[in-house]
Amino acid sequence: MRVGLVCPYSWDVPGGVQEHIRDLAEALIDLGHHVSVISPADDDAVLPGYVVPAGRAVAVPYNGSVARLAFGPLSAGRVRRWIKDGDFDVLHVHEPTAPSLSLLACWVADGPIVATVHGATARSRALHAFEPVLRSALEKINGRIAVSEAARTTLVEHLGGDAVLIPNGVTVSRYEKAEPLAGWPGEGGAIGFLGRMDEPRKGLPVLLRAFEIIGGQRPGLRLLIAGPGDGDDVLARVPAELRDRVVLLGQVSEAVKVQVYHSVDVFCAPNTGGESFGIVLAEAMAAGAPIVASDLDAFRRVLRRGAAGELFANGDAEDLAAAIGRLLDDPRRRATLSAAASAAVRDYDWPKIARDVVQVYEAVLPVGADERAPAAP
Amino acid sequence: MTPTVSLIIIAVLAVTGVYVSWRAGRLDRLHTRVETARASLDAALVRRSSVALELASSGLLDPATSLLLADQAHTARSAQDGRELAESDLTRTLRAVFSQPDFRGSLGEAGHATELLAELEAAAQQVFLARKFYNDAVGVTLIARRRWLARILRLAGGAPLPEFFEIDDSLGPADQDGQGTDMPHLAS
Repeated sequence: MRVGLVCPYSWDVPGGVQEHIRDLAEALIDLGHHVSVISPADDDAVLPGYVVPAGRAVAVPYNGSVARLAFGPLSAGRVRRWIKDGDFDVLHVHEPTAPSLSLLACWVADGPIVATVHGATARSRALHAFEPVLRSALEKINGRIAVSEAARTTLVEHLGGDAVLIPNGVTVSRYEKAEPLAGWPGEGGAIGFLGRMDEPRKGLPVLLRAFEIIGGQRPGLRLLIAGPGDGDDVLARVPAELRDRVVLLGQVSEAVKVQVYHSVDVFCAPNTGGESFGIVLAEAMAAGAPIVASDLDAFRRVLRRGAAGELFANGDAEDLAAAIGRLLDDPRRRATLSAAASAAVRDYDWPKIARDVVQVYEAVLPVGADERAPAAP
Repeated sequence: MTPTVSLIIIAVLAVTGVYVSWRAGRLDRLHTRVETARASLDAALVRRSSVALELASSGLLDPATSLLLADQAHTARSAQDGRELAESDLTRTLRAVFSQPDFRGSLGEAGHATELLAELEAAAQQVFLARKFYNDAVGVTLIARRRWLARILRLAGGAPLPEFFEIDDSLGPADQDGQGTDMPHLAS
């Protein structure tokens, strides 16, 4: 099948949507499909062979923050030419309500269109007021995908109608094997955390309180934290005598991130809310880390109601400390959880997710058009 | 006390009274000027966001540009506290939209498009002028109110201190074409 993927955000800026499109494109190529991606990018940017640049994105205020988007006649012209040259069976746009390439693609295209909604954003009043202008573009979408319940709710509120739920994937093979960081996890045991340090909903404050409890009881236990944010601010919240056992890596590369998952005895996802799926959780599972996570609905589902990871009462530092303690004392339980997590995460492996997406493509193809498409292996 | 001394005292009091009431009258006039200028500024800002909204919904633009413009015009018009920030953001959005390559060309020569663009440019210029004159009035008023006589005798009464209105209102790179004017013009 010839698939055209439309990315609304700059390819060279890290972001969840861009990563999703990259992984989907590569999984589809592995399945034997022809894939082309159009994305805002400088003409001289170094891009994978399947990415076509649509020109530089412009920083512009949108929806309360500054976003880098591609719009205007030049971008529209490039999208039009790409669609014409690509001769796609299916056009797959991402975040179609962002004022960027995806919306432009819906506007100029006239073949089958699939759209994936990622974000769970508050309803934009402008979107509401301008429904008539946008409707003609968005009405062309034949099949809609939401990556989470929250995204589906957003989509239903913004555009009406329904969507099929296909979660974010994780490329399991990328996380399965890695060397631990030098000196980790160490004799006294190690706890890991990954995510923004200054975003309270990621739950670091809960973990720090739990570490205060359990760190005092276990003299060698260390806490490894990776993610952007103000490190001094974090250390200030840890009692002075525990501070040298809290190690802050700051923002880390993809490779180091994988190592972090392999460097700890217990990986902790203490998120207090707002997480629709928990890509960090899925990555940790792919790495086979023994996990302690808060009992959010989404986490409970991904962790198979506690079979693939220990759950603790959301926001309860004492419960978290107890759960961590139990796991640290029980290597057999850790091994069981690790194996169960590795097995459970297969449901989110990209090759499997990509097959589900292909099913959606086939559902929107005009009847009788599928003889062009090679059978998926 | 001789009659002469009494006369002098009366004369001094009279002159002082006249002077004070003259200063108070001036302050009052300045406040009125600030208020009128503020009303013009508000009207100009509302007009600018209205024309921007009209352009966004005109069907002349691609939907991505329309949505960006509509979103920011709407935010600017409905902003309460962060008005200056929201209006600056609208300026930035306008600048980003108009500086897209081939923006003018893509609109064609349709009379409607030319009219709307001219109206938007005029509205943006009105914002620039109204803001300049408003800040000018605020500046003079603040200086007048800071004088010792005005402060000691509280000549301004309960009138609140006027505040400057600071936004980014330039539409293009500053006076690139050497026209010698600081009026904002749409990039062409």
